[in-house]
Amino acid sequence: MTDPAIDPLHQFHIVNIFSLGKVGGVEFALTNSAVFMILIVVLISAFLILSTSGRGLVPTRWQSAAEMMYEIVANTLRSSAGTEGMKYFPFVFSIFAFVLTANLVGLVPYFFTVTSHIIITLALALLVILTVVVTGFIRNGIGFLKVFVPSGLPMAIAPFITFIEILSFLSRPVSLSLRLFGNMLAGHLVLKVFAGFVVSLTAAGVGGWFAGILPLGMTVALTALEFLVAVLQAYVFTILTCVYINDAIHPSH
Amino acid sequence: MDAEAARMIGAGIACFGMAGAAIAVGNIFGNYLTGALRNPSAAPSQFTNTLIGAALAEGLGIFSLVIAFLLIFVG
Repeated sequence: MTDPAIDPLHQFHIVNIFSLGKVGGVEFALTNSAVFMILIVVLISAFLILSTSGRGLVPTRWQSAAEMMYEIVANTLRSSAGTEGMKYFPFVFSIFAFVLTANLVGLVPYFFTVTSHIIITLALALLVILTVVVTGFIRNGIGFLKVFVPSGLPMAIAPFITFIEILSFLSRPVSLSLRLFGNMLAGHLVLKVFAGFVVSLTAAGVGGWFAGILPLGMTVALTALEFLVAVLQAYVFTILTCVYINDAIHPSH
Repeated sequence: MDAEAARMIGAGIACFGMAGAAIAVGNIFGNYLTGALRNPSAAPSQFTNTLIGAALAEGLGIFSLVIAFLLIFVG
């Protein structure tokens, strides 16, 4: 398991590219994770700025790709949080663009998958939940607590339902972050495990070269599946963000 | 039984939780397709709800996968 060619966990190692030294026992360093996050932001900015710089009434291919991305997020947000929710559009669009690009960049061989680390996805999920809680209290005041008490509830079972609602609200950041993290981690692990079979088989001799075709084909098929998962998980993260933001705008349900 | 073996067996047992998530996700998409084939014009409007349901069900399966990973790789 220590051979980096076969070890499926090797791809998740965070290495320092250069260190700025320690401040109060915490090391400040530019890691490969940070480099890829910078790359992601540069890619998104370049795509959106370049594709919309020559705004035409008849869009070019790049422009319609950017417009399609805008439309998908705008429609999702409008259908789940209403037109009032469009105030949160820049936030939701940034999250969608970041998660989508991070997932897709991670599929390039030798590239680092930023979203396969729980700290990144937890930071994103906490950002979403804190936005919901803070803006929920600002918009509705104490009325935001109605989110825990569904309307039209008989008094007898209200305490139990409220308890369950509080539990489900508290588990939201956990499930939101673990879903993205688990999907990306598991997908990349399976990919690398099958790729490791190819390496082990070819090392076994000439017969292994032909037997290695099977796991190689599996790796290709899994890569196609991972593209689907990458886009789907970015979309799911966005939908759930929209649903949670809807709670902040319309707390009584 | 030594602790290492018990951890590995525990990780294997934890993976059974994902069977439930697999059944749930299959159920959701199967029922979505059934409904979509009966009334194709109403299908696009319900696709978002389908994805939300699938995501929520799948998240619970991911929990058990994370437990398995924790058992294998941590500690």
